[in-house]
Amino acid sequence: MFEQFFSQDYMVAFLNSIIRMSTPLIFCAIGALIADHAGTMNMALEGIMLSASFAAVYFSALTSSMWGGIIGALFGGCIISSLLAYFHLFKKSDLIITGIALNTFASGGTSYLLFLTTGEKTTSRLLRSLQAPQVNIPYIQDIPILGEVLSGHNVLTYSSFICIIIVYVLIFKSRFGLRVRAVGHNPNAANSIGLNVRKIKFRALLISGAFASLGGAFMSMGYLSYFARDMIAGRGYIGLAAATLASGKPFGTLLAALGFGTANAFSITLATMNLNADLVAMLPYAATILGLVLISARKLAIEKGKTKLVNKIMEEKKL
Amino acid sequence: MVHQHFMLVEQLTVAENVVLGREPKKNGLFDFEEAVRITGQVAQHYNFKLDPRVKVEDCSVGVKQKIEILKALLRGAKILILDEPTAVLTPQEVIELFEELKKLRDMGHTIVFISHKLNEVMAFCDSFTILRKGRVAQEGKIADYSEQELSNFMIGRVLSKTKKRQNKGERGEEILRVRDVSYTNRQGKKLLESISFSLCKGEIIGVAGVEGNGQNELSELITGLARFSQGDITVDGVSIKGKSVRQIRDMGISNISEDRMVFGCSATLSVIDNMIADRYYKQPYSNYQCLNTKVIKREVKELVGRYEISCPDEASAISMLSGGNIQKVIVAREFTGGAHVVVANQPTRGIDVGAASFIHDQLIQMTADNDAAVLLISADLSEILSMSDAIIVMVGGEISAYIEDASKVSELELGEYMLGVKKMDSSEIIKALHSAKTNGFKVVSE
Repeated sequence: MFEQFFSQDYMVAFLNSIIRMSTPLIFCAIGALIADHAGTMNMALEGIMLSASFAAVYFSALTSSMWGGIIGALFGGCIISSLLAYFHLFKKSDLIITGIALNTFASGGTSYLLFLTTGEKTTSRLLRSLQAPQVNIPYIQDIPILGEVLSGHNVLTYSSFICIIIVYVLIFKSRFGLRVRAVGHNPNAANSIGLNVRKIKFRALLISGAFASLGGAFMSMGYLSYFARDMIAGRGYIGLAAATLASGKPFGTLLAALGFGTANAFSITLATMNLNADLVAMLPYAATILGLVLISARKLAIEKGKTKLVNKIMEEKKL
Repeated sequence: MVHQHFMLVEQLTVAENVVLGREPKKNGLFDFEEAVRITGQVAQHYNFKLDPRVKVEDCSVGVKQKIEILKALLRGAKILILDEPTAVLTPQEVIELFEELKKLRDMGHTIVFISHKLNEVMAFCDSFTILRKGRVAQEGKIADYSEQELSNFMIGRVLSKTKKRQNKGERGEEILRVRDVSYTNRQGKKLLESISFSLCKGEIIGVAGVEGNGQNELSELITGLARFSQGDITVDGVSIKGKSVRQIRDMGISNISEDRMVFGCSATLSVIDNMIADRYYKQPYSNYQCLNTKVIKREVKELVGRYEISCPDEASAISMLSGGNIQKVIVAREFTGGAHVVVANQPTRGIDVGAASFIHDQLIQMTADNDAAVLLISADLSEILSMSDAIIVMVGGEISAYIEDASKVSELELGEYMLGVKKMDSSEIIKALHSAKTNGFKVVSE
């Protein structure tokens, strides 16, 4: 049954779907990365993406424009992330519990709003929402195979790759990034020289939410053309795991997100091959757990190797 | 303001730390090269030697302090507040710091020097203000007062001058033996290397060293909080290897931990609970799994009185007490559990002079009748020198000097050992160990 998998058409479709499936994860992982550098964790990523994908559909139908949808998504996501930031930073609520509560709230809230606006309970197919356009990259699209894999994706997919570069510059090359890192590593130090720690964390969480919102927008304006109940399906948490795996490095985060995207694409491919669909759907989540454990084990091993080397050098010096 | 605990972002470079909050900009982005230039310029202006490009985590304590001072100066500070700046420095570094501060003073800066080390205040300051219990107790010009008078103002009563402990010459039998102990942490980093010494009843051995040179690890190994990878530690000839913390405590080791709020006590529990934390499961404090509150209350009340702990109520949370009183609660618990060896790690750090001198008296009392021995780990050299019979100096997880008679060494000489400027070679250490321990202690030197 795996023979068809190795045919060229199938491979191309598979690689293509990796890129497509990775897009929301990349956006979300970028969001998690920023929060990580600011020394907090954006636990509400799942809810942010969900409300963003609903808002994208609603506002693009309302304004009949793609930009209306994107801006709507940013608005919808930022509501949740500012709630998280406000409760956590200014009202001192527990970050994890608040995040989970907001995720549940977003799940129920979007279902309710969906019913209010369309009268339906599962999808928003009745709304005449728009999709973000697909882009064919000149020249590259003419290359056989490679062109089919790389070209013709949604404009948001290409944006997600560009966003990785933007985030790298934002965190490591800008003044704001330096302050974010200072706040993340030692808030007391940042406070002692007059930086407003809460304000910087608040902004970092908002920016984090904005990137995740784009991932949400992709789900309902690119991946699908409508909003479906709980359509994020854990991608917020997987994005969080991707950023954790890469321990704060933007390009590592991209790789991790692509890795989880691969697991996602794989599970969909396998599902078409008469395997138990529910069992296969577990794959991305199992991959997340496996990834976290393996990387943490590897880090420990590297650390050990390094200190062993140092010890050896020190001993040689003594002799 | 230069804090006692540095306010630096360890993962960033020196330059980034210095300019943080007023970062130079180029094309809308952070300009690192400009930050390096600014830092270099300011450092040169004030004659500080440091490299702006290295990460702060790779800097020594003395350099970190300079970075803190630079940070303040770059912000145009006219008044520098230094909170216990010498607590973490070696005597040599202290001299260097004072030189630099004096230069700053001559340039027109005002320096507020917060310290409990009176000799430094006397040597360095022009005028003083003494605070006691949140109130100004006395202010004036240094020149008009003696050190003794200042000390009296600080505690509000006349304190008999810290007794210099007499080296008794004769010692009891060996109680704690540490032989060739090495320790490697979980990351595989070697933190202690072939440590050997022995402690006899009635003896106080001081462990000196710049912080982070293995002293904490040594105290953790002896008290069972960490497991050693090599060598052996014995109490009364019985190895502590593989024993649990409770078993080791039952063998007669007690511990005043460096961080009293983390290891010394449980902040939210009451004075009573903290006081019986090491004995609540024993007779007569508990019977058949039930606490005998009557006995406990009576016992705790007695200890609170004996150790002069001032607390509103024994049932109130220990975090309501002052640092000195919290430490006294810990001392009361650790000294009355029938211990033969007290591992006292920074027992008087950050507490008032009155409580500190009380704890010193208790430590001396413990060893007075040759019943118990004390391993005193401290960053305060004057404490080490006045309390100890013998002194071990630790550098980089190794014993770099063993001074068998503490009265024959000066603070400056100790500082040289601590900095690694001077080092005894192993034969000297062994010789010192041999002559000190006449009762059959052998150092294995393979």
